[in-house]
Amino acid sequence: MRVSLKWLRDYVDIALSARELGDRLTAAGLELNDIEHIGEAWDNVVIGEVVTLNPHPDADRLTLATVDLGAERFTVVCGAPNIGVGQRVPFARIGAKLIDGRTGEATALKKARIRGVVSEGMVCSEKELGLSDDHDSILVLSPDAPVGAPLGDYLGDVVLDLDITPNRPDCLSVTGVAREIGALTDRQLSLPSADYAESGDSVHSLVSVDITAPDLCPRYCAGLITGIRVGPSPGWMQQRLASSGMRPINNVVDVTNYVMLEYGQPLHAFDYDRLVGRRIVVRRAGQGESITTIDGVERRLDPDMLVIADQERAIAVAGIMGSGASEVTGETRSVLLESANFDRVAIRRGCDRLRLRSEASLRFDKGLNSGLPPMPLKRAMQLLLEAAGGKAACGVIDIYPGRSRPEAVSVSAGDVARLAGLKIGVGQIRKILISLGFECREGGSGSRVSVVVPYWRSDIRCTADLVEEIVRIAGYDKIPAARLSAELPRQQSKASPMLRRRALRKQLRTTLTGLGFQEILTYPLVSLERLQKVSPNSELKTHPLKVANPMSREQEYLRTTLRSGVLTTLAHNQRVETAGIKLFEIGKVFCPQKPDCGADEDEVAQSYKGLPREDEMLCAVLSGLRTEPSWHDRGEMIDFFDAKGLLETVLARCGIEASFAVSNDETMFPGRGADVLVGDERIAVVGELHPGVAQAFDLSGGVCLIELYMEKLLRLNAGIRQYQPFTRFPGLTRDIALVLDEEVSYQSVESVIRAYPMVTRVTLFDLYRGEQLPPGKKSFAIRIIYQSPNRTLTDEETDRIQENMLGRLQQEVGAVLRN
Amino acid sequence: MLELLNGLHAQALDELGKVSDLRELESWRVRHLGKKSDLTRILRSLSALPAEERPVVGNRANEVKRDLEAGLRDREAILRQDFLVSASQSQRLDATLPGRPFAYGGIHPVTQTIEDICDVFGQMGFQTVEGPDVETEYYNFEALNIPQHHPARDMFATLWIEPDTAGEQILLRTHTSPMQIRLMEEQSPPIRVIVPGRVYRYEATDATHESMFHHVEGLAVDKNITLADLKGTLIEFCRCLFGEERKVRFRCDYFPFVEPGAEIAIECLACTVDGCRLCGGSGWIEILGAGMVHPDVLARVGINPEVYSGFAFGMGVERLPMLRYGIDDIRLFYSNDLRFLRQF
Repeated sequence: MRVSLKWLRDYVDIALSARELGDRLTAAGLELNDIEHIGEAWDNVVIGEVVTLNPHPDADRLTLATVDLGAERFTVVCGAPNIGVGQRVPFARIGAKLIDGRTGEATALKKARIRGVVSEGMVCSEKELGLSDDHDSILVLSPDAPVGAPLGDYLGDVVLDLDITPNRPDCLSVTGVAREIGALTDRQLSLPSADYAESGDSVHSLVSVDITAPDLCPRYCAGLITGIRVGPSPGWMQQRLASSGMRPINNVVDVTNYVMLEYGQPLHAFDYDRLVGRRIVVRRAGQGESITTIDGVERRLDPDMLVIADQERAIAVAGIMGSGASEVTGETRSVLLESANFDRVAIRRGCDRLRLRSEASLRFDKGLNSGLPPMPLKRAMQLLLEAAGGKAACGVIDIYPGRSRPEAVSVSAGDVARLAGLKIGVGQIRKILISLGFECREGGSGSRVSVVVPYWRSDIRCTADLVEEIVRIAGYDKIPAARLSAELPRQQSKASPMLRRRALRKQLRTTLTGLGFQEILTYPLVSLERLQKVSPNSELKTHPLKVANPMSREQEYLRTTLRSGVLTTLAHNQRVETAGIKLFEIGKVFCPQKPDCGADEDEVAQSYKGLPREDEMLCAVLSGLRTEPSWHDRGEMIDFFDAKGLLETVLARCGIEASFAVSNDETMFPGRGADVLVGDERIAVVGELHPGVAQAFDLSGGVCLIELYMEKLLRLNAGIRQYQPFTRFPGLTRDIALVLDEEVSYQSVESVIRAYPMVTRVTLFDLYRGEQLPPGKKSFAIRIIYQSPNRTLTDEETDRIQENMLGRLQQEVGAVLRN
Repeated sequence: MLELLNGLHAQALDELGKVSDLRELESWRVRHLGKKSDLTRILRSLSALPAEERPVVGNRANEVKRDLEAGLRDREAILRQDFLVSASQSQRLDATLPGRPFAYGGIHPVTQTIEDICDVFGQMGFQTVEGPDVETEYYNFEALNIPQHHPARDMFATLWIEPDTAGEQILLRTHTSPMQIRLMEEQSPPIRVIVPGRVYRYEATDATHESMFHHVEGLAVDKNITLADLKGTLIEFCRCLFGEERKVRFRCDYFPFVEPGAEIAIECLACTVDGCRLCGGSGWIEILGAGMVHPDVLARVGINPEVYSGFAFGMGVERLPMLRYGIDDIRLFYSNDLRFLRQF
C-alpha cells in the first residue's frame, strides 16, 4: 500500500520524519517497505505555461514552444505530440537533473541545439521526472497549477510503501493508516465530512436492487446521481491517485478509486442509463454464463461466482471487475454508485478461477466488515457531485441481509498480563482502544472493558485480538524480556527413536567428514528423467509421487532415491575440481505406498496415517584421485576397494558386522558391486558405477557409489555400544600363504580363520597371481594374530591351533599351504 | 696385573679420543666394556687372585671401569651434539615445501546451522522432534486457522501432491508448524519442542528466495507462558547465535495461528543501507515469525486456552548462515559447489 504523506496530513497531524513514522508503524504491525521521495531531485524544475507554439523550421515532428514562467520566457524544442497552448507544464531549466528518456540515467540538462535551433530548457515527460515510464508525451498539469512555482512544492510528496498483513484490510486505506498514526502518536484523527445535498426523486423510485444470493452478498448499498458531466477529475485528486500508484481515468472512475484509497471500501460506478430494467440483481452466475470484462476478455462464469446483473445480463463480476456493458463512458449522464459487501471466499474463488485480480478484489478477499459500505458511499456521492456536477437522488439504497449482532469482546488488565506479560492499567487500555475507534462500555465486573468493534475492522473476534491491539499500540518494546521459568517437560530418553535417529546421523556425518567426505543437500524434487537415469535398463520400480503444480519439469517428482541428486552434484563438481571428490548426502526418499504396519517399522520409521512413507537414506560417491596429486605422490585413481574400505570403516564405527555378496544393483558396474548384508537383510550397497549411468550423468573417470539404508541401521540398533573387554596378554603373529582356486572368495577363507576364538586379528597382506602358480590359482598371504583373553599363548599351542586351522582350510575351501 | 689394567685404561682412553661417530663408539664400548672385553675378563677372574691382591686389583679395575663408562657418556653426549649440529646442516629440509595432502570433509552449512539452533534451544530445555515433509492440508493449514480461501494462504504458495486415491489432499509442507498440532494432539502440557525440517514453496528462485529451504519451528505450552517469555527466549537465542552487540527488533506481525503475533529481526551488518541485497535497505533482517498460540488452535487440539497458554515461533534456517557469513545468494546452498561448501 502506497500512502502519500500529504494525504495523511489531511487527517492527522504528523510531527515525525517519514523514517521515524515508518519505524513506528513497522513496530505496530504495518511494515515499512520503502520511502519514496517524489520531486526530491526537481531543483530546477518550475511550473510554466505554454504561450505559443511554432513549427520547427527543419523538422516536421518538432515544435518550438515558448513557455512563460511568470517573470521570464523561454523557447524550447519539443517533440511531444500532446503539447498545446495554454497548458501548465513542468519546465526544466538548464542544469536540472532529469532522467534521460532513452538511457534511464539521471543527467543534468545542458543547453542544446536541436536541428539547428537552440533549446533553452525542456518541457518534461513523466519519465524524465521519474514519475512513471511514460515518455511519449509531456506531463500536463492541472489548470490551477501556480505558474512560476517550483514543481516540487506543487507535485512533490513523500510516499510510504507499507506492507499490510492480510488481517488488516482496513489499513489498505489512507484513513486506516492515519488512524494508526493517531493512536501511535496520541493525535486526534479528523475525517472529512461526507455531507452532500440531495434533490429530486427518491432513489428507490429510480432503481431497484435484489439480492438473490444473500450468503455471498451480505450488504448492498447504492446511490444515484443524474446529470453529470464526465471529464478529467480535479488536479489534486489526480495527483493523489498518481502518488498512490493509480492512473487517473475520468472523474467518475477517479472518485471511486479515490474513496477506495481513502476508506478501503471498493466502489463501482454503473452507467445508470444502460441498466436494462433500471434494476440491479445480485445473483450467482448461471452455468455457462459469460461476460466480457472491461479489459476486453470474455470470461466464462460458474454458479460459485457472484455477479451484478441488470434485468437481462451480468454487468459485473461482483467485487472483481465490471463489464463494458455498463461501463461509464464519455456519454454517461447518470451514475449508479455501488458500495457493497461480498463474501471473501466467493471473491477469492472467482479470482482464482478467472485468474484475475483487481484493487477491489484484493480488498474484498481479505474479508471486509459489512458495516463499512454506507460511509464511503456518502463520501463518493459528495466527491462526485463536486467533480462532475449533477444531482443526487434522495436517499441511498441499503439492503443488508447479512446483518448480525456484533460479537461481544472484552479484555481486562489481567488478560494483557497473562498473555503478553505486560502490566498496564485499565485506564490506559481504555485510552488505546478508544484511539483505535473502539467504543468502550462499562463492563459488568469493574475491571473488564467490553468493546464494540468499529465498523471498519474485521479482525477482532476474541480477547487475544484485543490484547494484541493494546500491546502493539503501547509498544512491543515495552514488553519485558523474561526467561521461561516453568518446570521443564519430561525429556526424551536416549533410547527414544528420535534421539537414536539423530545420534546415528551425527555418527555417520562425523565419520564420513573425518574420511574426507563433504556433505551436500540436494532438492528432493527432481525430474522423472533424472530418477530414471540411475537404473537405465529397467522401468522405475516405485512410481514416484508427483507434484500437481510443479515449478518446472526439473522439479516435478519426489525422489525415490538420493543417487540421482548426488550424481548430478558430482558431475557439477567434476567440472570445477580436478582432484578427487568425495560427497555424501543424508536425506529422505519418498515412497508412495502407505506404510506397512509392522510393529518394528513403527518403532523406528516415523510414519503418519494416510501419508507416504519417508525413509532416511545415506548416499556417498567418490571419484577421481585417491589423494590430491602432489610432489609426494602423483596420485592413483580410486577404485571399488576405496569405496568398500570407507564403507567398512563407517560400519565399524556404527558397530555393525556385515558380509558382502555380489550385487545385481543396476546402478553398478556388473560384477563390480556388492550388497552389504546383515543376516539376510541388505543394509547397504557399494560398487563402481555402471558406465551407462556414468555417461547418463555426464561423469568422467571412475566413480564409486555407496548407499546405506538408515531405517535398517536403526532397526539393527546401529550405534548402540557395548564395552568389549580386551586381553592384556601378548599376541603371537603368524604369517601363512595359501594357494586356492580362483573362484574361492576371500570372505570364505577369512570366515574359516575367524571361527577360531584365539584369533584376534586377520590381515590379508598380499594377493598373488602369476607364473609361480598353476593357472586358475591364486595365493593369499595372511597375517594372523593369536591371543588369549586369560594367559600368554605358547608357540606350541599356537602351532597346534594353526595346524588344525590349515586342515580345515583345506577341507572347506581347498586351501594348500604355499612353500 | 695393575700394569695391565693401567695399560688397558690408557689404550681405551686413547682410542676413545679418536672415536668420531656413534657407531665407532658402540664398537669401542663392546671392545672395552663389553662382555668379552679384557676389563670384564679381569673383573670376572678376580676371585682367582691371591687374597692380598684381590682388593687392590679389584678397586683399580672398578675404578677403570667407572672412568671408562664416564668417558663413554661424555663422548656420547659430545658425539650426539656434533651429530645434531652436522645433521642440521646436511639434512636440513625446505620446511616451506608443502605437506602431504589429507582429504578433509565438511558438514553442509545448513546442517551446521540447524545443529547450532538445536543446541541453543536444547540448553533452554527444548527437545528436537521432526515431522513428515509430505503433509495433509489439515495439519499444514486448517488446524492452524488457515482454512481454504483464507487470505493468509497467499503467504504460503503451496506445492500440491497429485492424489493417487480419493484420500485427503496432501501437499509438501510450507512450514514445520504442522508438527505443533501433531505434538499437541499427542502430548499434554508442559510442552517445549523445536522442529527442524525442510519446507517447500511454489516460489520463483532468486538471491533471497528458494522453492525448498529449511525451517525450525518452536513451541512452548504451559500455564503462565506469556509474550514476555517469548521475547526473552528469542532474544537470548539471537544473542547466542549472533553475539551481544547485534541489535534485535521485536515487533508486531501477523500469522493466523498466533495472537498476538510478533516478528524478530536483527540488524543487518552486511549493508550500507542503500541497495543492500539482504535487507533491501531497511537495515533489519527478519529471521523469526512468532506469537502466542491462538486460542482457537489450542482449543482444536483439546488444550484449554483459559488454563494454558503457549508461544510458537518459526524461522528460516538459511538466513542465519547468510547473515553470519555474509552470503548474499541463497541459491548457493543447494548448488552444492565445493568451492562454496568447503568454506564452512
